[in-house]
Amino acid sequence: MIGKSITSRKILLLAPLLLFLGLAYVVPFLGVVRWSFTMPEVGLGQYRALMTDPLVQSVFIRTLRICLIVTAAVLVTAYAIAYVWVRGSSVQRMLAEFCILVPFWISVLTRAFGWLAMLSNRGLINTWLQSAGIISEPLALARNELGVIIGMTHFLIPFAVFPIASAMRSIDERVLLAARGMGASRTRIFWTVFVPLTYGGLIGAGLIVFVFALGFFVTPAILGGGRSVMVAELVYLRIFQSPDWGLGAAISVVLVLFIGALLALMRRFIKPAHLIG
Amino acid sequence: MPQSMQPGDAKAAEIKAVSIGKTFGAFHALKNLSLDIGRGEFLTLLGPSGSGKTTFLMILAGFTAPTTGRLMMDGKDITDVPAEDRSYGMVFQGYALFPHLTVEQNIAFPLKVRGHSSADVKRKVAEIVERVGLTGHEKKLPAKLSGGQQQRVALARALVFEPSVLLLDEPFSALDKNLREMMQQEVKRLHQETGTTFVFVTHDQSEALALSSRVAIFNHGELLQVGKPQDVYERPSNRFVAEFLGEINLLPLDTVELNGETAAGKFEDRTIVLNKSITLAGKKAVAAVRPEHMFISASPQTSDCNAITCRVEGATYFGASTKYHLRTRSGTSLAVSMPTASTSPIAPQSDVWVSWPVHQGFLLPDGG
Ligand SMILES: Nc1ncnc2c1ncn2[C@@H]1O[C@H](COP(=O)(O)OP(=O)(O)OP(=O)(O)O)[C@@H](O)[C@H]1O
Ligand SMILES: [Mg+2]
Repeated sequence: MIGKSITSRKILLLAPLLLFLGLAYVVPFLGVVRWSFTMPEVGLGQYRALMTDPLVQSVFIRTLRICLIVTAAVLVTAYAIAYVWVRGSSVQRMLAEFCILVPFWISVLTRAFGWLAMLSNRGLINTWLQSAGIISEPLALARNELGVIIGMTHFLIPFAVFPIASAMRSIDERVLLAARGMGASRTRIFWTVFVPLTYGGLIGAGLIVFVFALGFFVTPAILGGGRSVMVAELVYLRIFQSPDWGLGAAISVVLVLFIGALLALMRRFIKPAHLIG
Repeated sequence: MPQSMQPGDAKAAEIKAVSIGKTFGAFHALKNLSLDIGRGEFLTLLGPSGSGKTTFLMILAGFTAPTTGRLMMDGKDITDVPAEDRSYGMVFQGYALFPHLTVEQNIAFPLKVRGHSSADVKRKVAEIVERVGLTGHEKKLPAKLSGGQQQRVALARALVFEPSVLLLDEPFSALDKNLREMMQQEVKRLHQETGTTFVFVTHDQSEALALSSRVAIFNHGELLQVGKPQDVYERPSNRFVAEFLGEINLLPLDTVELNGETAAGKFEDRTIVLNKSITLAGKKAVAAVRPEHMFISASPQTSDCNAITCRVEGATYFGASTKYHLRTRSGTSLAVSMPTASTSPIAPQSDVWVSWPVHQGFLLPDGG
């Protein structure tokens, strides 16, 4: 059948990607799963340790807290940028595009160090504020949770802008006109019509950002300065610094399962196409 | 927050557009348009696509500012009053319902904006839901409704706050024929019940004629003629209006003489007498007659009728009526529409007389 052969040929086009995913992610991950049950000895010992170890638990809780705060901060900022990008004047649109695209051209590492240069005790912000006489002691902006949150928020904003802007673009202009024609003020239209019509984009953006944030490594490592360890960094520390491969592997498995569950939830709420814009 | 009209207040407004012009860049979308819309009337804006109907409606609503000209309501200049303060009811093309709100919430929106008490909102919504026939659908989202039901929600939402003017932009263009006719009747009934001033946009001429107290015909941003349906249909002031409102036969006349109320001209070898509804600039003119005003017979009808000889070329059966296609001796083609029931079939290729009463034909300038 023609239809069938076209489908199988289309699958052929996907084959390199599937092969790559299989070799680079699935197979190694199966190895990690095996470690989590076999190192140092066979059994569920590492998972039991994971449930009871106060350090591991505090890292999980900190990770969740940071990710929730970052997600909220990203959504608010990205909403504002998307709004200007979709509904602003042509100059404002260009400016918004610039804000969205430039971060993509600069590596994570450079950006993390850039923030360090801004936020550290002898960084730009503290120096300015001190020389202006506004503060006498430097503010603790980096090498703590706040620094991590600022750096991660900045990194993740563009990923949230696309789904939100896509939702804003699909709003029928006449619906907003209709509300105006009925006498509604601009504020009222924004909160009771515009924002509710972008909930889909907000949920999608929130899930993407949250899932992405859970696995962050470079930014927290640099801006947290070891004092605000998140899950990914903990895995790294367990495997490379205190050769405790089994626990590191078990943490990875739990993280992957958690993200898998979140993605399954996301699929129930929105179509994947909505996320790309 | 101004309360909506209290019962007893005059609910219908009178609008006067004075020399309204609108340009988009170098493009003239509306040219020097003056139009009086009477209190409580049902005015239809009719014209082909791109003729400026929506632009004019948007100016009336206050969504677009005119480039030139003024807009008056009940004697007050409202040109600079923004849409949210004019608060006319509006039914948009494609309905523009709030997709995230239920039928009930959609209809309640304008009332809540106006700060009505929740008991008042509830009562008014229930009342209008009943009136437009949406009972049982109150809790549904717009996406779950049929086209006709969405249309009713849009109407209810636009009427519930008793606006002094209701603007409707091609509200039925997405509906099939039967539903369309039903909704037309309903809009007509709502107009009579509310007494509000309705301004209705369509590019469907039969809809315009069926609904309106007056029709305003637009073309290329100009207002060509305004009048009662019968007047614009039977006494169009130019060829565009004549042809846009329905099929029409045009017979080029040789010499035209004007004498008082009537005009006489020569078509082939016969003298044709017509109404003189327009003033002619030049001497060139055509006689215009609607197909349903003509009839076919074996011998010429003489009493108060014009008659010309034609050959039958074919016929199209439309059920209630049959349309005959004919050609005059000099080659002008004609269409004559007659009730199927009252005529016996006429054989193709036969030579016949086509006649029409003098008062049904009118003079139009040739070209333009
Ligand atoms: N915002 C705009 N910018 C530029 N041109 C416009 C704009 N709005 C309308 N026009 C032009 O003005 C003309 C009239 O448009 P309008 O929408 O009023 O037509 P219409 O009579 O409503 O047509 P339709 O029956 O297709 O809805 C069109 O040629 C249109 O392209
Ligand atoms: Mg239009």
